[in-house]
Amino acid sequence: MKTLFKRPESLTDVATHYCPGCTHGIIHRLVAEVIDELGLRERTVGIAPVGCAVLAFNYFNMDFQQAAHGRAPALATGIKRARPDLISFTYQGDGDLASIGMAEIVHAANRGEKFTVVFVNNAVYGMTGGQMAPTTMPGQVTTTSPKGRDVNDVGYPVRMCELLASLRTPGFIERVAVHTPQQVVKARRVLKTAFELQRDNKCFTFVEVLSTCPTNWGMTPFEATKWVQEHMVPYYPVQNFKKFEETPEVKAQVTAEPAKEA
Amino acid sequence: MAKVLMKGNEAIAESAIRAGGLVYFCYPLTPQSEVAEYLSRRMPEVGGAFLQAESEVAVANMVYGAAGAGVRAWSTSSSPGISLMEEGISYIAGSELPAVFVNIVRAGPGLGGILPSQGDYLQSVKGGGHGDYRCLVLAPSSVQEAVDMMPLAFDRADRYRGPVMVVGDGMIGQMMEPVEFKEPSFPPLPPKDWATTGAKGRKPNVVNSLYLNPAVEEELNIRLAAKYEKMKREEVRFEEYNTDKPYRALLVAYGTTARICKTAIAQLAAQGIVAALLRPITLFPFPDAKVLELGRKADFLLSVEMSMGQMVEDVHCAMGHEKPVYFFGRSGGIVPSPEEVVTAVKARLEGGKS
Repeated sequence: MKTLFKRPESLTDVATHYCPGCTHGIIHRLVAEVIDELGLRERTVGIAPVGCAVLAFNYFNMDFQQAAHGRAPALATGIKRARPDLISFTYQGDGDLASIGMAEIVHAANRGEKFTVVFVNNAVYGMTGGQMAPTTMPGQVTTTSPKGRDVNDVGYPVRMCELLASLRTPGFIERVAVHTPQQVVKARRVLKTAFELQRDNKCFTFVEVLSTCPTNWGMTPFEATKWVQEHMVPYYPVQNFKKFEETPEVKAQVTAEPAKEA
Repeated sequence: MAKVLMKGNEAIAESAIRAGGLVYFCYPLTPQSEVAEYLSRRMPEVGGAFLQAESEVAVANMVYGAAGAGVRAWSTSSSPGISLMEEGISYIAGSELPAVFVNIVRAGPGLGGILPSQGDYLQSVKGGGHGDYRCLVLAPSSVQEAVDMMPLAFDRADRYRGPVMVVGDGMIGQMMEPVEFKEPSFPPLPPKDWATTGAKGRKPNVVNSLYLNPAVEEELNIRLAAKYEKMKREEVRFEEYNTDKPYRALLVAYGTTARICKTAIAQLAAQGIVAALLRPITLFPFPDAKVLELGRKADFLLSVEMSMGQMVEDVHCAMGHEKPVYFFGRSGGIVPSPEEVVTAVKARLEGGKS
């Protein structure tokens, strides 16, 4: 009998703590499928953030490090500088990456660190109970913006792909979504490209995934997917921002030798 | 090997390389930037990794990542930079990772000044970052001793799986002295079978300091406490000076200040006053038992520091109320002169006042 569907080897056989309707589960699975398909599991070190995905090391069946809030890109930098032969990815939420970890992500991108960032943007601090994030939409009600995000008071939401794409160095930047089956298929393809580029030691790779938070948005899962389409996609366009191109500078970098092990 | 004349910061850098500290992250900060400058040239020659990061916050977390991947990773900074690294150092302690941090201490608090200080004693030995942990803290008083300490620091970091701090004041970093690079040998280390190096043919390894179950978190705390108790039994290091004859004053001083005290002891001897010195080489674990033993033979103890009085708390704690414990220090980047120490000792002898 032919197997049509099974758990990727890169996922563990446990129930996650994620809320019903949250798309973290889909994103975990896509990352795991891509790592399986490329045969990278046995040399991958994932980095768990602080936020809803803080326990990701329980769900991915591979080596993992757990980072301080926002510092995942620094950990991945440390790993890749010490062991360029390893594959590393960070899995970070919007509070982690776009607020407290802004310096780490911008400079890792600007140095062209050769790891992959999976940036899960659900427009809210989920783990701490639904506070305003740097990515919270204008007018969006959260527990710390009870009258809705006032852009005159706290500014407009940060668009990370656009911000990072203003840098010359980073090689691959794309925003995807997972609120429709079609978008899921496309997201998988983009993640695969990112991991392939890392595998081939080409460039910094950044994939932003628009995600849902039915619990903190106060919506049903279906309403949440509609909200992504109607409110997030117009502000956060789902598109590629940077395609990898070989440049002399990048070519010069890929000759770096791995550090000796202690 | 023949002796070479080297600046403290560069000698520390070279010694670390020879000890296998081949992955180094940094952020420039006076008075220790020469370490980074030296390693930016030297690391490519030895196949190591050098990276100037965006901040000390990032540096400590890069060290975390690299140490977690099983290599000897380290960094250097000075006081304000170490404050920023304390986040990562706490995580390194919690995740039981081996890492070495060198602090070339400058005056503070705040931005302070760039001149030598011992104002980071409390930060170094009492935790520094959040949570229930300690660092093994080594304090060199010469460039040669700093050189000798780097292999020891890496070995002990691996052995105890935790952060080791080497605390030198700005004088140690900046002065030039003749040094010899020895090749110390240590007992074999256990394999780093916990490191995240790719789960090939084994179960995944996780480097982590998050334990939501309080019983499991307490297990970690108990395990860490056991390491610190072992350090207290096995790692206490100190130097006794002039303790082989009856003495009236016991000076307690570390680092550069201890050298000044030795000169002061000679000057006191010329005036017919016998003083001795206890120089802690490990600040944690602190040589409590030695303070008590040597302190009992003195009329009083005098903690001499480049601070307004930090180590004196530990001297007091070790001595209890058996003998008076006094303090003398200069601060702000001012190095006390031997004459000032002599005056301080004589004042205590005459007046007995703190």
